[in-house]
Order: sequence, then C-alpha cells, then structure tokens
Amino acid sequence: MSSSTSNGQKPVPVDLPQLRPLAKRPEHTQVLIIICMLLGIAGFIGFMVAYWVGNQSQWQAASLGGGMLFFGFGVTAWGKYLMPRGPFVEERHDFDSSTSARSEFNAVITQRGGLVAKRRGVLLGLLALGSGLVGLALAFPLLRSLGPNPSKDTSAGNTNDSLSNTNWVKGSTVVTVDNRRVKVDDLEVGGVLTVFPAGNAGSSPDQVILIRLDNAQAAQAAPGRADWGCQGIVAFSKLCTHLGCPVGLYQQQTQQLVCPCHQSIFNVNAGCVPEFGPAPRPLPQLPITATSDGYLVANGSFNQPVGPGFWERP
Amino acid sequence: MIDETIDKSLNWVDDRLGTAKSGKTFLDKIFPDHWSFMLGEIALYSFVVLLATGVFLTLYYVPSSHDVIYNGSYIPLRGQHVSEAYSSSVALSFDVKSGLLMRQAHHWAADIFLGAMAVHMGRIVLTGAFRKPRELNFLIGVTMLMLGIVNGFLGYSLPDDLVSGTGIRIAYSIIESVPLVGSYLAFWLFGGNFPGDGSIIPRFFIIHVLIVPLIILGLLGAHLGLLVKQKHTQFKGPHRTEKNVVGTPMFPTFMAKTTGFLFMSTAVTFLLAGFAQINPFWQFGPYHPYQISYAVQPDWYMGWLDGALRIMPSWEWVGYGHTWPLEVFLPAVLFPGIIFNIFYAWPFLEARITKNRDYHNLLDSPRDRPKHTGAVVAMMALMLMVFLASSTDVLANFFNVPLQDTLWFFRFAVPIVPVIAGWLAYKICEELRHEDGAGKRKRASVVLRTEAGEYESIPSEPRPGDDHHELEPIEIPAFIDLVGADLATGEGVRRVLR
Repeated sequence: MSSSTSNGQKPVPVDLPQLRPLAKRPEHTQVLIIICMLLGIAGFIGFMVAYWVGNQSQWQAASLGGGMLFFGFGVTAWGKYLMPRGPFVEERHDFDSSTSARSEFNAVITQRGGLVAKRRGVLLGLLALGSGLVGLALAFPLLRSLGPNPSKDTSAGNTNDSLSNTNWVKGSTVVTVDNRRVKVDDLEVGGVLTVFPAGNAGSSPDQVILIRLDNAQAAQAAPGRADWGCQGIVAFSKLCTHLGCPVGLYQQQTQQLVCPCHQSIFNVNAGCVPEFGPAPRPLPQLPITATSDGYLVANGSFNQPVGPGFWERP
Repeated sequence: MIDETIDKSLNWVDDRLGTAKSGKTFLDKIFPDHWSFMLGEIALYSFVVLLATGVFLTLYYVPSSHDVIYNGSYIPLRGQHVSEAYSSSVALSFDVKSGLLMRQAHHWAADIFLGAMAVHMGRIVLTGAFRKPRELNFLIGVTMLMLGIVNGFLGYSLPDDLVSGTGIRIAYSIIESVPLVGSYLAFWLFGGNFPGDGSIIPRFFIIHVLIVPLIILGLLGAHLGLLVKQKHTQFKGPHRTEKNVVGTPMFPTFMAKTTGFLFMSTAVTFLLAGFAQINPFWQFGPYHPYQISYAVQPDWYMGWLDGALRIMPSWEWVGYGHTWPLEVFLPAVLFPGIIFNIFYAWPFLEARITKNRDYHNLLDSPRDRPKHTGAVVAMMALMLMVFLASSTDVLANFFNVPLQDTLWFFRFAVPIVPVIAGWLAYKICEELRHEDGAGKRKRASVVLRTEAGEYESIPSEPRPGDDHHELEPIEIPAFIDLVGADLATGEGVRRVLR
C-alpha cells in the first residue's frame, strides 16, 4: 500500500464526501444486503438440490430464479447504496479530428489514391469489375444450388417442381390420409373430409376438402358445374388462395368455409367464392364422380393452379 | 501483500500489452444514472440468456424433417408419425432433465429480447438520443431489431409443430408473392414447391443458431464499442452540460449495479420459464400440411405483420400476363420494408427538418419537442394498431361480435388512430412545455383563510429526500489514501427505506 504516488498526484482522503456511501446508516444497509445475498446463495444450493432429487420445473425455477433475484438485488444495492456515491464527472472530447489531420487523411485517399487511379484508370476499372464478378460468381452456387427452378410444365404430376401442378387426373381414386378409399355414404349431409389422390396421401398441393351438401344445394353450388359434384358431395382445393393455409373450418349452418389464419370466408353454395377477408380468388373446384361400385374418383383435374397467387400464374 | 501481488500481475500484463492507460480510461468511464438507461441492458442480458440456453438446446435438438414414430414419455403423442425435429423438441422438454426450464427460458428470453429492444428504441427516439453523433449506432440498433425479429421467427419454427409449421407455410406464400422472382426464391429456399424436399428445417436451424446470432453478436460489439467511444447521453440537470458526463464510474459502482441487474433480469426470465407456460407445442401436435389449428397466432413481435395481412383488402391484380398478389405483397413485403426504411431514415429526416446538425449529448424531455414527439407517438400508434389487428378473431370471440365488425374496425382504426394519437401527444407536449415544474414531484400547499376572508396558499415544507441536493461532481480520483483510514463507512446522506 503506497500513500504517495509516482507521478506526484496527491491521494484524496477516504472521507471525501463523494467517496462516502449514499445510505444514511450503512451498517444497517449492509445487514439487509447480507441477508439478500445469503438468500441468493441458498437459492443456488436449492437449485442443485431440486435438480438432484427430481425434475420439477417449478422448484428449479423458484430456487434458481428466486436465488438470482435476491443475489442480484443485493449486488445492485451494494453498488447503489454503499459504494462511493459521487457524483463524478468526466469531460467529453470532440470527435472530429484537427483540420490538419483531416486534410492529411483525405489527401491520402484523393491524392495518393488519385495518383494511382488516374494514372492507371483502366486497371482500377478492371479491379472493380473483377470484384463484382467474383461476388456474382459465388452467388451462383450459394443460391442456385439450393433448389430447383419452378417448372412451367403444367401436365399433372411432379408437384414438387411446379406451382401449377397437382396429382389429380381424371380417374384418380379419392383416398383419405390413411389411404382408405371413400364411398359416397362415408359422408353424412353436412359432413366434411380431407382427401387426396391415391398414392399421394398427405401431399400439400393435392389436399382437397369434400363437403356433403344436400342435393338441392349442391345443384346450385356452382353455376355451370352442376355435374362436378356427386350425390351432393362437392370437392374443393383445401389450400387458401390467400396464403395457402388449409381452409379447415366448415360452418355447416351458413355453408361457409373459414380459413383460420386470416379469416377469409368462402361461400360453398356459390362455388367457394371469397365473401370476406383478404383471399382474392375462389377455391378451385375438383370435379368428382363415383365408380359403379360406389367409390369416389376425380372426373378431371383442377382447371387452374391451387393455392396463393404468384407471378407466373396465368 | 495482496496489493503487491496484484501490482505485479498488472505490470506483467502492461509490459506486454500496454493496457494501463486505456484500462484506466475504461474503468474511469462515467455512466449517467437514469432508469430508462436500463432498457438496453435488459435487451443485452436477455441476449446473454438466449445464447446460454440456446447452446443447451442445440445439444438435444435434431434439425431434421425425417418421419419417425414418437415413442417418448409424453403419452398422448405415442405412436404418431412426427418429424425428427418435433420428436426431439418434445424429448428435450420432457426427457431431458431441466430441459423444459431451459426451453421455456429460451422462448421467454426471445420475447423479452424483442420487447426490450422495442422499448429501448422508443426511449432513444423520444429523448433524441439518435442525433449527431449517434446516428450510426441508431442504424446498428435498428438492424439488430430487424435481425431479432427474423431470428425469433426462425427459432419459433424449429419445433415443427402444427402452429409454427403453418407459419412457415405463410412465409413460403409471402416469398411467393414477390413479383418476378418470388416463386424462384421460394423454390430455392425450400427446395421446391411447399413443403419442399425437407431442407427447410436444417436451413432454418443453421441460420437461427449460427448465421444470425453471429451477425447480432458483431453488431452488439459495435453498438457497445460506439457507446464507449462516444460516451453515454445524459438528461439535463445541475452541472450537466453538452461537454461532460456526470454519473457513476465503470469500476466499481456501475459494474456492481449492472452485474446485479444481470442477475435480476435473468431471474425474471427463469421465474417466467418455470411458472408461465409458453408455446406448449406437444399440445398442438406435429405439423402436417393438410391440418390446421384454430386461432393460430405467431409470437408477439410478428403480430404487426399478421395484422397488416388481415386488414388488407383482397386486391390481387392480373395484368400483363402475370398475377400480382398485391393482397400479400403490399402488407407483408412492402409495408415492413417501408417501416424499417422510415426507422433507418429517422435521424437524417429529423436533422433535415429541424435544420439542426449540432452535436447533442444532452437528452430532451419528450415534452420539449412537441412536433417530434407527436410524430413518434403517431408511429407507435400505427405499430400498435396493426399489432392489435392480428387478434381480430380473438376479439370477435371475446366481445361476441361478428368477425366482420372487428375487421372493419381495424381497417379504419389503423389509419385514423395514429393521426389522433399524434395530434393529442403534440397538444399535451405543447401544454406541458409551458408548465413550470412539470414532471417534478408536487409539494402540498396549505391554504389558509384569513379573518378578512382572503385565501392564501403557502407551500408546505419539503418532505425528507425532496430537498436532497447532489454534491458538486468531482473527477474520479485514481489515488485514495487508505492508510490508517477508518474504512467502516461513516454517515451517509439518505435513508435506504422510507
């Protein structure tokens, strides 16, 4: 401990007012802080015990969190009430350099750099071109290797390569997600069922919702598509035309399909046109029919891409 | 004895690194005191919790879309086809000791991180702390906010449950909506048409745990580095000028206070993690693209985008042989783009409009600049209204009104409320600005009635603590004479507990 200093600065006395604590009765404050820190330490030990004897998140959180709360409070209070109360002051310095330093630095760029650049301008141009091109070259593998380009082929099949395709073709057998074929009588009037073309159960773009209306409703369900349904059952793409969420809520009383994501409402009785919300287009309808032994099959494919809009959509 | 050892080691380091001078400058650094300066610290410390708990989670999480049969200890899911990502997320919650606590702490810390950054930014803007010379640090902060939102969304998606999977589907469709390149970007990112070839979960994972945190970490270093270099702003007060900083020194006072605060804010995160359930994805079930849950909402910081999507009319446009999904592109791509560009431009717009390009180290009280405060409040009201618009369905259920009504309410409220709120804020500031003693604690007045019937108002004596005056600020001394001093602290000035 040295009371004199090497550079001649005089040490300040320890009882300088700014070095005193803020607390009026520091000894009392210290007792409170000791209690807080001891409670904190008890909490940390408690966490080890809680972990050792069981796996209750509540006990773990109470001991660890409670411990940290007390411990942290104690340390903060030590800083606030018992350390030198100040206030202390520090000068700010200007950020900008002196004028001469500035002009020297600027001259390095404009004059030393300018000398080189102006003398060999073509080389500078090539440097810029090459640097830009190498970045572009690296972007090829970085971006293009990620995945396929969207294919413009609109023939059915290969739904992973195209936004316009589904696996539904004329004659596709209608199956549930666990690959059961569907008969007309599997659905009661008012019932709904999510189905897929056989062989693609669970596929996102192929998902179709079957709704069984009564025959009269189904006949008017889509103008000009009276024969697209089958004994009151109509089939629509389940992908919302807004953002592609499954349109999974069917309100039987009003014959409306509701998308739970952004609350677009589609009127099933009018060919699933959007009546409300942000969805811009009707859900595409899938024509269906029944085979002679009563199983549902597709009677064609969708006449337009399913799901949300995209640039290449005609 | 101990002092000599410390002296020796410090000299050893200084011989090699020359740290004494810069070290002293650093430890002498003065931090002004104000409660609102802790908001950024909350963000910093929740980021620390995110890193720590996040490392724990990576030890157990498997970023894979492979289909597996769940066979863990959560009985309702047993035997179901789930992705490996989902299975491992449930396993790290239930079959890893303390896993649930760590996962929930991670999620809570993310929500707090974003919230603290938003409130911190509000403080910076309202008090004018973004002005010269701190514009660059403001830009860094806005970038961290944006990256935080992105990384929050990515992390939220990783469990691959029914709710977050729907969020990924929506993200796909939003990318798809970009004119010209949208479907290409979506196909590349996901490896094909949704749900792609199974690469999205591993890609989200590496972006979430490595790339974005690394960028945030770098920006955080720059943010704090600039804070140290440029020194903290301070509120107006006795002895406080544009040319100085008055407060507590880095060592030991600020270090003690901030270390304690690290403990306390971490404590709150862990208490929430243990007692407030968050994102119970085992109840939502695994993601299947043909299934959907009701009242699906993202984490709170995505709400403003969801709300914007909801209130947008169905303005898809078909023209020039192409489909322009404006009902998606405008609210989900253009709107956030505009908002963040306004954030980035704010310091420069403010300087241009006020024509004030001076250094500003003293903070304003929001009431001192009514027009600016009005503009800030209008921005905040806009963000709040689009955020609230993301709960149209919940509000419709709660108030038992048609969904149409809540939606139309917000279609009007989103443009109107910010105008009213901004105007009100402007008026209130105008009033307060001319009010003496606004914001100061009121003293009671004793009103006396004289015998003649006159009334007289006499201010009461100040209450203890009210007349507390700061001492004259001094430079922090390097040398303190400890020889023979009575180190047991003498009397202080202020009682701790009133």
